[in-house]
Amino acid sequence: MALLDVRNLNVRFETPDGAVEAVSDLSFTLEKGECLGIVGESGSGKSQTFMAAMGLLADNGKASGEVLFDGVNLLTAGEKTLNTIRGNKASMVFQDHMTSLTPHMRVGRQLTEVLVRHRGMDAATARDAVIAMLKRVQIPEPARRAEMYPHELSGGLRQRVMIAMSLLCSPALLIADEPTTALDVTVQALILDLIREVKEKEHTSVIMITHDLGVVAGIADRVAVMYAGRIVELGDVNQIFTAPQHPYTQGLLACTPRLDDVLGKSLKTIPGQPPNLQRLPPGCAFAPRCTYRIAACAARPPLRPAAGGGLKACVRDDIQPVRAAS
Amino acid sequence: MTAPLLSIRDLKVHFPVRTGRVIVAKYQSLRAVDGVSFDLAPGETLGIVGESGCGKTTLGRAVLQLLPVTSGAVTWLGREMTSLDAAAVKAARENMQIVFQDPLASLDPRMTAGDIIAEPLRNYHPELSRAEIARRVGELMEQVGLLPGMVNRYPHEFSGGQCQRIGIARAMILKPKLVICDEPVSALDVSVRAQVINLLKDLQKTFGLSMLFISHDLAVVRHISDRVLVLYLGKVMELATRESLYQAPRHPYTQALMSAVPIPDPAKERAKPRIILAGDLPSPLNPPSGCVFRTRCPNATAVCAEKEPVRESSAPGHDVWCHHWRE
Ligand SMILES: Nc1ncnc2c1ncn2[C@@H]1O[C@H](COP(=O)(O)OP(=O)(O)OP(=O)(O)O)[C@@H](O)[C@H]1O
Ligand SMILES: Nc1ncnc2c1ncn2[C@@H]1O[C@H](COP(=O)(O)OP(=O)(O)OP(=O)(O)O)[C@@H](O)[C@H]1O
Ligand code: SF4
Ligand SMILES: [Mg+2]
Ligand SMILES: [Mg+2]
Repeated sequence: MALLDVRNLNVRFETPDGAVEAVSDLSFTLEKGECLGIVGESGSGKSQTFMAAMGLLADNGKASGEVLFDGVNLLTAGEKTLNTIRGNKASMVFQDHMTSLTPHMRVGRQLTEVLVRHRGMDAATARDAVIAMLKRVQIPEPARRAEMYPHELSGGLRQRVMIAMSLLCSPALLIADEPTTALDVTVQALILDLIREVKEKEHTSVIMITHDLGVVAGIADRVAVMYAGRIVELGDVNQIFTAPQHPYTQGLLACTPRLDDVLGKSLKTIPGQPPNLQRLPPGCAFAPRCTYRIAACAARPPLRPAAGGGLKACVRDDIQPVRAAS
Repeated sequence: MTAPLLSIRDLKVHFPVRTGRVIVAKYQSLRAVDGVSFDLAPGETLGIVGESGCGKTTLGRAVLQLLPVTSGAVTWLGREMTSLDAAAVKAARENMQIVFQDPLASLDPRMTAGDIIAEPLRNYHPELSRAEIARRVGELMEQVGLLPGMVNRYPHEFSGGQCQRIGIARAMILKPKLVICDEPVSALDVSVRAQVINLLKDLQKTFGLSMLFISHDLAVVRHISDRVLVLYLGKVMELATRESLYQAPRHPYTQALMSAVPIPDPAKERAKPRIILAGDLPSPLNPPSGCVFRTRCPNATAVCAEKEPVRESSAPGHDVWCHHWRE
């Protein structure tokens, strides 16, 4: 049985200007010890998929479908069940500006409380465990930093504290939502190493949400590419990067500037802009920007098996996988 | 080599920062830019890279005289800017424009796209007729890929990429000689980022502009720059032509930065050697003695704490500030 099994998930927000279909008919599984990368542009539904899964949607949002975590449907589980799971068996790390650290409490105390609450540890034991964890995430002088308030730490240190907090209860599932987006590349490298280590040593399953294809290339086993609230391609990491099947995945790879590509006159581009979710075209949402568009694209393409063993949501089968330059 | 358009010598921008407690106010200087020198040739694009807080934005603003310079020289077309009066600075600024990072926040929400783009023109050329202004705005909107029908729309009605095109059009309308781009594509989606990079490259060629292209993204900088300057704690670590810098970085900081940039290729990304930097960025209030990078440098020795490295040329057009670059 997969650790996480998402089936036909829909997330819909009611707004004064009409409904927003943020996530539509999304299905995927995550095995124990596996890392699934979720990539896509801003607004493609990456975060809301997992906010819905963890019961953290805003009041105007509603989720339907099934999110089976260890066999339990989180969408129908009550708040009490969710509270025993969140921060314990499943934890989330957000981009720094959404940090869930409390501003007026010393970071050491915030972490200690997690262990007291979820593990019933006494304060002294919990404190030792917290210092050990801070050390493990390579925070220099952990005992001294534990006495500090969040604002006294640099962005990189704060993010490492967040990761330490998310790992305290040895979760079976770690959902990392753009954990390094606000950080410098040198700090990002450190944090990605850490997540990789946890995955390998403790067989923690990881969801890595990012818009950076390079991050996914380094850490994911499989990759889901999202566009306008749907998965348009899902496959093994090597297949996605060496033989992408969906025109959007191909376009994304081709237009990403990289350190090792051949410098030409100009970068490849995807014409147009990501769509407005309130005014989605009826068929393939990528159709207005797609150079392979045909009449059949006016009907919604289902996610179906593609060459190379993955899945794609594109009506055409005669698209050559173009490799990004290198 | 032709005479430089812009010449910066030993530029320092130190901010007074209050550090004492409430009763006894104490001021320390924060060395945001600390002795930077470079030349910029007409038509050249210089990339400025480095991590958050290293002084990129401060450097750009100092060039435009948008903040007080502590010491050093900013020479623009042979004239020393720091000694000019306000009117002369304003006149010089007609030829120096800036594009900001946050597309939406940098545009006045109450003005239409057309008015935003026309503003510098009205400011510097009040003699122009309305028809002439409208003509020039229309022409530029087309050049940056905005439709003529969008001229009366407000910023919130545009996407991020379109807002950035408006910002770029505003910066280009006076046909400046220099445009400073401060993280112009960082807030944009990947698929739109490439469009805007290509646009900037095209405009650069069409107008023969010089650009200072500020970014923390080494891959983007590589695509657009002729030369690249690497900053750390307000100081230049390395300054080289693009080819030389990316093929053979000499400074350990540049090498660490490059090794940390993820490559979208699983085989390469997982196999590549990486240099992990120890510790954290020191405070610019109290930078390390000698080489400012030494506290995190894998190659640091005793001399690095004692003496500040001076500029050495490792190859033609390639300067590096490191005691041990040869090793
Ligand atoms: N409370 C809300 N009310 C209405 N719409 C919402 C709400 N929260 C999110 N959305 C919309 O849902 C869509 C998906 O948002 P989501 O945060 O999942 O995107 P994302 O892929 O994580 O993007 P980013 O890369 O910017 O984080 C967006 O169009 C967003 O505007
Ligand atoms: N007005 C100011 N007063 C005091 N300190 C300042 C001021 N402006 C900038 N600084 C400090 O100067 C240093 C350089 O800042 P700057 O904004 O130039 O960095 P940057 O390289 O542009 O960083 P980022 O990549 O985050 O934009 C930082 O330590 C910053 O905190
Ligand atoms: S379904 Fe059609 S429009 Fe959509 S990506 Fe495939 S070819 Fe393009
Ligand atoms: Mg998100
Ligand atoms: Mg800046």
